Amino acid sequence: MLLIHCPYCDETLPEAEFAYAGEAHIARPADPSALTDEEWRDFLFIRTNARGPHYERWRHIHGCGRFFNACRDTVSDRFLMTYKAGEERPAHATLEAAE
Amino acid sequence: MTAQRHDFDAAPFRLEELPWSPRFSLRVRPQNRAALEGALGLTLPARIGERSMTGGTEVLCLGPDEWTVLVPESGRDALVDAGARIYAQTPHSLVEISDREITLRLSGPQALTALTAGCPRDVEALQTGRAARTLFDSATVILWRDGADSFRMDVWRSFLPHVRAILDKVAAELKSGL
Ligand SMILES: [Zn+2]
Repeated sequence: MLLIHCPYCDETLPEAEFAYAGEAHIARPADPSALTDEEWRDFLFIRTNARGPHYERWRHIHGCGRFFNACRDTVSDRFLMTYKAGEERPAHATLEAAE
Repeated sequence: MTAQRHDFDAAPFRLEELPWSPRFSLRVRPQNRAALEGALGLTLPARIGERSMTGGTEVLCLGPDEWTVLVPESGRDALVDAGARIYAQTPHSLVEISDREITLRLSGPQALTALTAGCPRDVEALQTGRAARTLFDSATVILWRDGADSFRMDVWRSFLPHVRAILDKVAAELKSGL
């Protein structure tokens, strides 16, 4: 089982306590009706589908209940880091230092 | 035929359902926490998993802005009134959830072993005097560690038969030495 560090609880806990919540850092358009169909499609469905480090949301649903962000390597399934919701997306240099 | 002798524990752990008692869910933003503490006369620990005890009232920090409050029946109305008085100045949510959960107490030398049957987290690493919202099989529970061999587990009432069935099975297995 994967172990995930919750940045709010500051504990590393089993994956069973968490729920995956899709790609991170996708901002909902402020005025959806102003978008073209293509732009709205991209917001709803088009994702990075990264091979390697992937920024994604998780929720500590059977714990503190918070959503947070993680960077996980989709090849090795390793969590490179987790950080609180609302924080800047860490640069790759930061991630390498965290490893 | 060789005879095997085992020293099986007839009662590997004790499981009791604790009597009903008032319980509240408290939500308040971090910047209003101190003001609310003063108004309610309680300590709201800032770290998730930390507990406080004021008089007979026990508070557990569940999240960055969430606490559970166990209050004796005699203090319940005073708590609600204190919350209502400060509500306009210090917005918060204080909701009674007394009927939502039922508390089990697990105690005895194998209580920890019994919990590991359902909890994926490292229960042994949970320090005495702390608590955590976590998972027992498929049910979200709040696990309180009151001593090395003494735990409380708050279980949502609809999940209780499921949780008890697992614990009964675990008790039978431990009794037979499995
Ligand atoms: Zn958490």
